[in-house]
Amino acid sequence: MAQHTSYEEQKRFVVRGLILLGIITLVEVFIALWAKGHLFGAKWEGALHYVYMFAMVGASIYKAYFIVFHFMHMAQEVRGLALSVLLPMSLLIWALIAFFQEGTSWGARREQIREFNEEVVQPAPSGAKQGYLLVPDCSTLKG
Amino acid sequence: MADTSVAHAHETHEHDAGSWDGGKEPFKASYGKLMMWYFLVSDAFTFAGFLIAYGALRFSMPTWPEPDWVFATAPFLSGHWPLIFVTFMTFVLIFSSVTMVRAVQEGHRENQSGVVFWMVMTVLGGGTFLGCQAYEWTTLIAKEDMTIRQNPFGRHLHDGVYLMEDGKEATYPDGAPITFKKGDNYTLHHLFNDPVSGGLKAEGLLYPDRDHHVSELHATKIKYTTGPMAGQESDVPFGPKAFGALFFFITGFHGFHVFSGVAFLAIIAINAASGLYASRKNGYEMVEKIGLYWHFVDLVWVFVFLVFYLL
Repeated sequence: MAQHTSYEEQKRFVVRGLILLGIITLVEVFIALWAKGHLFGAKWEGALHYVYMFAMVGASIYKAYFIVFHFMHMAQEVRGLALSVLLPMSLLIWALIAFFQEGTSWGARREQIREFNEEVVQPAPSGAKQGYLLVPDCSTLKG
Repeated sequence: MADTSVAHAHETHEHDAGSWDGGKEPFKASYGKLMMWYFLVSDAFTFAGFLIAYGALRFSMPTWPEPDWVFATAPFLSGHWPLIFVTFMTFVLIFSSVTMVRAVQEGHRENQSGVVFWMVMTVLGGGTFLGCQAYEWTTLIAKEDMTIRQNPFGRHLHDGVYLMEDGKEATYPDGAPITFKKGDNYTLHHLFNDPVSGGLKAEGLLYPDRDHHVSELHATKIKYTTGPMAGQESDVPFGPKAFGALFFFITGFHGFHVFSGVAFLAIIAINAASGLYASRKNGYEMVEKIGLYWHFVDLVWVFVFLVFYLL
């Protein structure tokens, strides 16, 4: 929607935006209920589950694009402003990879972490020297 | 040599004349609007951090509650209505976003009554959303016993069969045993602090029966038929604790943004009605700035909706 369009066109654009976002949301929920087995019995499993995930993420990113560029009028801002807002967002790609990998790793090592937490460390017998500097007999050092 | 460098410096200065004298807007946007954009960038990172933490914790757990099982209550409707109420909440936010666009458009035309009307509509939309969220939280906390410290929603790790309190297999009226499969949902309900064990216990549980209806069982014992614990009796475990904490923290943080948005929208609507912005003759720029914030709140909801309710 360019800034110089007529008032009537602007109003029509707003109604179209409402219908577009509404339809995307309805389709998302319809697919969600279908994929989870509430509509036609069978659940989406295996490869279909990944199709479902990509469809949901894709629809959400499209909604985000529409809101930022048309409702927030990023499309009319100068290029520098748009880039200074949007480029930093690409750091999130790294964050997603790093933290999802980290979370998966915690999950894979859950048993190891539990064992580590339950490990009982035997305390040294009382009276014995403790610490890092375990010289056999300190008195010998004094000469 | 010296002459040329002086001449060069002079030339550059001529070229940039006025650049450092103020009054020039970088990126052709006013200071307030630019800073609102940059505030939203920082806020986006905050929300992204929370949602990515949700993902990392979810990946680290052997099970995670399914949203269509957890979020299945709606006011005025009895029974199981997966995701219906939260879809309504999403529509409320989209609608209030659209009324906000209309307010900004009327501002550009310097139409004071139009700005005030559409801003009041937006405030009503925001208020409705907060009311819906209050209902959702109240149901989860008071009826379903989910708090930041406990989560009664879980999914089975292995196949098995439900047991009665006396240790016999639970059965349907026709005598068939009530079984469950790996990944099936359940909700522990009526939680209480057990004085004997000192821990949290449940009086019963809800499960999807063989006809896909929600049924109730007055016992919380199971026997797995597969997996490393096959053949052993055990209590139905609680779901991952982090689910409750993440849900209330992240939707609460978003709700707080909606609440502050409603407060600022109301203040700016009153100012607009008083004629303050009309006298500034800048196309109701303040309405545009709060509009940016309000659309951002809707934008964040798109991702909260995705992460908590769809995936």
